[in-house]
Amino acid sequence: MKPRLHVPAPPARPGQAPDFSYLQLSPAGELPRPEIGASWRDMGQLATGLVRVLDDSHHAVGAWHPHLDAHELQVGLRHMVLTRVFDDRMVRTQRQGKLSFYMKSTGEEAVAVAAGMALQPGDMLFPAYRQQGLQMVRGQPLVDLMCQLLSNSRDMCKGRQLPVMYHSAKARLFSISGNLATQFPQAVGWAMAAAIKGEDHIAATWTGEGSTAEADFHHALLFASVYGAPVILNVVNNQWAISTFQGTAGGEQNTFAARGPAYGLPGLRVDGNDYLAVYAATRWAADRARTGGGATLIELVTYRAAAHSTSDDPSRYRPRNDHELWPLGDPIERLKQHLIKLGAWSESKHEALVAELDAQVASAWKEALTYGTLNEGPRLDRDLMFDDVFKEMPEHLRRERDMLRRELGQ
Amino acid sequence: MAQMNMIQALNSAMDISMGRDPSVVVLGQDVGFFGGVFRCTDGLQRKYGEQRVLDTPIAEGGIIAAAIGMGVNGLRPVAEVQFADYVYPAYDQIVSELARLRYRSAGEFYAPVTVRMPCGGGIRGGQTHSQSPEVLFAHVCGLKIAMPSNPYDAKGLLIAAIEDDDPVILFEPKRLYNGPFDGDPTKPAVPWNTHAKGEVPIEHYTVPFGRAEIVRAGSQVTVIAYGTMVHVAEAAAAAAGLDAEIIDVRSIVPLDVDTLCSSVCKTGRCVIAHEATRFAGFGAELAATVMEHCFWNLEAPIQRVAGWDTPYPHAFEWEYFPGQARVAMALKAVMEGR
Ligand SMILES: Cc1ncc(C[n+]2csc(CCOP(=O)(O)OP(=O)(O)O)c2C)c(N)n1
Repeated sequence: MKPRLHVPAPPARPGQAPDFSYLQLSPAGELPRPEIGASWRDMGQLATGLVRVLDDSHHAVGAWHPHLDAHELQVGLRHMVLTRVFDDRMVRTQRQGKLSFYMKSTGEEAVAVAAGMALQPGDMLFPAYRQQGLQMVRGQPLVDLMCQLLSNSRDMCKGRQLPVMYHSAKARLFSISGNLATQFPQAVGWAMAAAIKGEDHIAATWTGEGSTAEADFHHALLFASVYGAPVILNVVNNQWAISTFQGTAGGEQNTFAARGPAYGLPGLRVDGNDYLAVYAATRWAADRARTGGGATLIELVTYRAAAHSTSDDPSRYRPRNDHELWPLGDPIERLKQHLIKLGAWSESKHEALVAELDAQVASAWKEALTYGTLNEGPRLDRDLMFDDVFKEMPEHLRRERDMLRRELGQ
Repeated sequence: MAQMNMIQALNSAMDISMGRDPSVVVLGQDVGFFGGVFRCTDGLQRKYGEQRVLDTPIAEGGIIAAAIGMGVNGLRPVAEVQFADYVYPAYDQIVSELARLRYRSAGEFYAPVTVRMPCGGGIRGGQTHSQSPEVLFAHVCGLKIAMPSNPYDAKGLLIAAIEDDDPVILFEPKRLYNGPFDGDPTKPAVPWNTHAKGEVPIEHYTVPFGRAEIVRAGSQVTVIAYGTMVHVAEAAAAAAGLDAEIIDVRSIVPLDVDTLCSSVCKTGRCVIAHEATRFAGFGAELAATVMEHCFWNLEAPIQRVAGWDTPYPHAFEWEYFPGQARVAMALKAVMEGR
């Protein structure tokens, strides 16, 4: 036999039947939950199996069951529904030409919301661009988020960033970068500083499975491992990186969670559409980090149900209806059914919740528009373009600011 | 001849090169099955197979490093970086390795790699989809660099790049992919079939490196530009009613000093325009070169037109972009001798 280049391919392309037989699943409740202080050497199966709590009949089972009270679950459900309703409306407004760009998180809301709920308000979050659920959990006003999307007169980024690249120092949500994976090792540095300063806050960060290919991902694991940094490293394996299937990022040969043990870190592979499993895994990793146990790598297995962004058309590279057949279902539907099983929710309550949040998003949108859009209404002062390049504006930028005023005839 | 936009012209260049030479391979993010986010590699994988058109992991450093290894082992890789704004993880591989391999091994090793990347603004891409980082590479010894302003040059330069034994970086102004653009975003978009340079030979040809093109001959002032700014400069000079000589640099390294400087020595006035930021931009090199060669012929200080020295802001795209108004101010200043 001669060597031949192996080229990973997704199981189905447009026009073919979706096929998820490649996906390694474990039954809910099957995997053990190690002690917080256990060695990564003794939890290898957690990196290749799948931590799941909700079973097919929507009961919570097994050692990872976090035993949350119904009210807390309802809050989580609310954040997930809000995230979805918000995403849906923002894509509609983008189609109407109000936004230049948008990215949905449809189908993977639990990844951000459950993790956000399991962390403490003082913990520092370093999201990628698809964890808007964290903005909801941290209570960011919808109008503020929309003003960022619109680059309008109230934009927190002062018109400098593409839509969805939010930030909030107050809410401990780091500035989102358009460059992939850069935030991953930065979160480790933040956590190292927390350890140096003797604080008990931890850091958490998220990246897509496609972005794990960047060297920054490996820097993060190495530094986290070497220094025992109190940080949670989340890989959102939503199976696709634009048109590129997760196999091309290395997911075909081994799980992404398995990269944890390779660096001497625990790796947990978790059902990302199971709110309870994501919550429990995050809580485990957070408790471990907070008590000096160092970092954990968590792979969240989920599915990017929508297009990569408003610039993308997934029907060109994957079957149209594949997300409907995704074996791990929909995170909102699953938590909803679980709450109904608990007797703490109903279809009619759910409908009312969706309607309430939809109205809330609609009225926030109305207000946000009064502060302008990219092309109409009140605008930011153009001079702001030259601020914040440096703390204090150097002479050459002042000159350029004056040149622009002249150019615009002011 | 055929009507092609810049995307089709680039595609045709890769298609022809792959057809003529089995050592040509294409690699990059989303370039294979999907054909690239701008569709420049559309159809190539279907035609030449998965072994020659590779979808890569999202690792620009890995892409360029692998391309270097392939190049050393006899292939001619054409690597796509999805946006010039995302080339930085590959900077070390390009600067420390690709550019210097021939020099440090006294010519025993070299990697004939072509790196393509869309650059420039005008598509509401914000600070991470709008950059023009050509000068960061022009300052590195050992890289050939070009930025076409039209489909004809894009195809000819890309074929020349692929056939070149030296590493080449091709910056593709993405605002020009579908049509020429004179800097006025309020005008309806025009397709390339309205422009003479949208007429492209179907067959093989090259546009050589190191040759600028005089886009319009003129006597009063020389405007040196490249990429999108060629079109903006033409329009601005016409609006000002000046008999301007417009030069498209095309090849940034090597630079066609003769064409640029003969023109400035003739007209005695020079405006330099690029979209990249002004401070230590490539315009500084151009201005210094013109000064060295044309000082005694200059009637007025050289003027530079550029993007401001800030990141490319999403909301102020058109205030940032060096449009016709900024070019007009520079033309006025150079004509008045200020
Ligand atoms: C350094 C860098 N390279 C390339 C890109 C272009 N790009 C934007 S998103 C994306 C795919 C990322 O996929 P993944 O990490 O799986 O996250 P997902 O979009 O699935 O959430 C690519 C290639 C980029 N933003 N930054």
